[in-house]
Amino acid sequence: MFRIAKKDELPKWKSLIVRLTSILFGIVLAGILIAVLGYNPMATFSALVIGAFGSVNALTNTFTIAIPLAITALGLAIAFRMKFWNIGGEGQIIMGCVFATFVSHNMPETTPGIILILLMGAAGFLGGAIWALIPGIFRVFSRTNETLFTLMMNYIALSIVQFLHYVLWRDPASKGFPKIKAIQLQAHLPVLFGVHIGWIVALVLAVMVFFLIRKTKLGYEIRVVGESEPTANYAGINVKKVMLTGVALSGGIVGLAGMIKLTGSVYTLSPAITGNAGFTAIVIAWLSGLSAPVIALVSILIAALEQGSQIIQIKLQVPSAVAAIIQGLILMSALGSEFFLRYRIVYAKQPGKPRAIKRTAGKPDNESGGKPESAEADRSALKGDA
Amino acid sequence: MSENISSSPNPAFSMQGISKSFGSVRANDNIHFQVRKGEIHALLGENGSGKSTLMNILSGIYKPDAGTIEVDGSLRVFHAPKDSIACGIGMVYQHFMLAEPLTAAENIAAGSSGIILNRKKESASIRAFSEKYGMEIDPDKPVVQMSVSEKQTVAILKMLYHGARILVLDEPTAVLTPQEIKKLFNVLRKMRENGCSVVFISHKLNEVMELCDRVTVLRKGQSIKTYVVEDTCSYELVEKMVGRKVDLSIDRPVPCPDCKDCLVVENLSLKNDEGFQKLSDISFTLRHGEILGVAGLAGSGQKELCETIAGIMPAEKGRIFFDGTNIFGKSPREIIRMGVSMSFIPEDRLGMGLVASMDIADNILLKDYSFQKGPFLKTAAVRVKAERIVKELEINTPGIFHPVRKLSGGNIQKVILGREINLKPKLLITAYAVRGLDINSSYTIYNLLNAQKVKDVAVLYIGEDLDVLLELCDRIMVMCAGKVTGIVDARAITKEEIGQMMSGTKLKDIKGGAGNVSNC
Repeated sequence: MFRIAKKDELPKWKSLIVRLTSILFGIVLAGILIAVLGYNPMATFSALVIGAFGSVNALTNTFTIAIPLAITALGLAIAFRMKFWNIGGEGQIIMGCVFATFVSHNMPETTPGIILILLMGAAGFLGGAIWALIPGIFRVFSRTNETLFTLMMNYIALSIVQFLHYVLWRDPASKGFPKIKAIQLQAHLPVLFGVHIGWIVALVLAVMVFFLIRKTKLGYEIRVVGESEPTANYAGINVKKVMLTGVALSGGIVGLAGMIKLTGSVYTLSPAITGNAGFTAIVIAWLSGLSAPVIALVSILIAALEQGSQIIQIKLQVPSAVAAIIQGLILMSALGSEFFLRYRIVYAKQPGKPRAIKRTAGKPDNESGGKPESAEADRSALKGDA
Repeated sequence: MSENISSSPNPAFSMQGISKSFGSVRANDNIHFQVRKGEIHALLGENGSGKSTLMNILSGIYKPDAGTIEVDGSLRVFHAPKDSIACGIGMVYQHFMLAEPLTAAENIAAGSSGIILNRKKESASIRAFSEKYGMEIDPDKPVVQMSVSEKQTVAILKMLYHGARILVLDEPTAVLTPQEIKKLFNVLRKMRENGCSVVFISHKLNEVMELCDRVTVLRKGQSIKTYVVEDTCSYELVEKMVGRKVDLSIDRPVPCPDCKDCLVVENLSLKNDEGFQKLSDISFTLRHGEILGVAGLAGSGQKELCETIAGIMPAEKGRIFFDGTNIFGKSPREIIRMGVSMSFIPEDRLGMGLVASMDIADNILLKDYSFQKGPFLKTAAVRVKAERIVKELEINTPGIFHPVRKLSGGNIQKVILGREINLKPKLLITAYAVRGLDINSSYTIYNLLNAQKVKDVAVLYIGEDLDVLLELCDRIMVMCAGKVTGIVDARAITKEEIGQMMSGTKLKDIKGGAGNVSNC
């Protein structure tokens, strides 16, 4: 009765409406869930919004969460442009923090703050870049699957930081409590307008990434490599070099995000330092269509959702699991809108008539999740138009 | 079975008022198409005229928005390809859907009822069946070892073996030599004698005239008219197909008489990743101001030849001289840096020649940006250039910021050709430049290539349509399985002779002498 058909590309304002409607749908869905669980949806949502934006304190918290998310997403977006599926953000954040902490621990306490911060930033970038380059090199030279490789690198990084936390860098001054010594005091990022200056870094990076992709030769090469490696080869682009440069930049920026979080708000390296930013940032980069300015905005919204969820747990005693479900529903609806941007569902009017074939113009829409009619139809549709 | 009903007017199938839209595009618009029992019926039309859509509806892949299909006089609704197959309709696509590692018999028997496959019995019955239609196949030969022509035979046989009485062939001759085409035609005529119906999709008019009984012309999704082939001529058909009168002759300016050699290839050899010899010992010379055609069956090494010359694929051994400089083993960027002005228009335009999702301006930048100084892109000049190319080549586009993948095939080819010609190359390599283009666009491309030739550009033209190669090129190099079987003067050779060379016969064995060999 229903079938899924490919849709023409929508104009920008229409796709914006689809996206907003989807998010609204997610909110309604979450509201129903809240009501079923016996809470007042209106009160919950207003608490969520007030918790995220309602006071100076709330805004500070929201932005503090948003900064590392935005920087991480900016970094990942560079790799995604090349269709290099870097899902190793977690590991790259951790390694950025490890390298930055190492610098802080090994510099004399007399080092001026500005120099220490710059050194730690460089170290953070380096750490992330190395952690991304390892799978990058294997991908470029031996065609390994970077998705799995970057993912596995996350667990290695996590184990390394656990080892540092419990064994190697365990602070003897903490009286048996497993803890790494905090970074030096002068390395704490200064605060401007109530938030540490990481927000300036994030904004500058957003502009720089936008500029890199749109206005530089390297950015152009990154885009060409991402769209079609044969074309890049044909045009004389050194695909390996471009990809490794892009991957190093991607990992480096993600590592820098870790360093910013470390010096801006956490001050101490621990296994929990990422707060899942490496994964959340994937969603942000994707929701933003890999566009740098949009990433900055979406990061704030996602951060608000996270911050607001914490507030409703405190204020309304909503269990943390429910808060997580609310977040999940809204995010899922937002991502689900991508489906409705590309496909439409057609209702066949005469009931009893058999299902129509779920494809148009020869393009198999297997991504739609629709079950193909039969393997045979699938193949013939493909070949028939070839 | 053997009763002769070829003159019977009763239809094998009849499609009435078929309409099908994809979004805002009306691919089929009230099409009427009727095929009789025991006839070979050509379906003629340019790309995008709705042939594929109509046949996909007949085979049950698409459902029509409106219209009816009758098979053997009773109304049928096809929900899936299996319904169409059950009505005796068999499709043979350009890409035969065969399991390569299995034998012919196993492929043909696949889909038969029963659980246990008696190989010997199947093999014998398939052999007997194939002889009835005058087809020669070895049922126990694995498909992977077969030539394209043999694979096609297997695909056709598979359909007939499963009871197809109506066979639809989608451009079956595109991949065959003239000799193989003759064989195929004989098979199809045999089928006609047996009362089967054949739908023959093609845009090669001479084949339609030679083989078919009737022809239905489609244009812009509408069925224009059905003719009895004997009562019409190719000019009338082209006019109906294109919608206006078209001059079908191709110009051939006299090649530059005293121009120097541009490209000299010596003993070029190449193995692919799997260790197969794709090019063996290729040697030829291409002068400035001439068009050298390359003929050969698909996959005879044309792609590899182009890509090794362009530096995209590293060759194993040999030498490639461009105006006296050896460019063997150099990467595309190195070749550009050496000041060699060569343009290569690859077969896969959207996958290799262009970036499909980028706009026209960004695609023209592809060959320009590396000449720009500094790390930043300069786009202003490219925009002016893009506007100029769009105007000069009459590219039909809403603007230079339109993604190239949304353009039609002809316009896509014009974008890439415009970009390359604008680099003022001394050597132009084109692989299947008119593949998928309609007649009008094809002739525009021929004219553009001739214009380059007159400017003393050396043109290497990889083609598939022998008629075009014979009319457009000055000399033709014929390739077979990675080897050169001969280089001939295009003005003094016949299609049949080229066909023999395409299937591996050396030139000297055909003519018994070097009378026709050009000095190279």
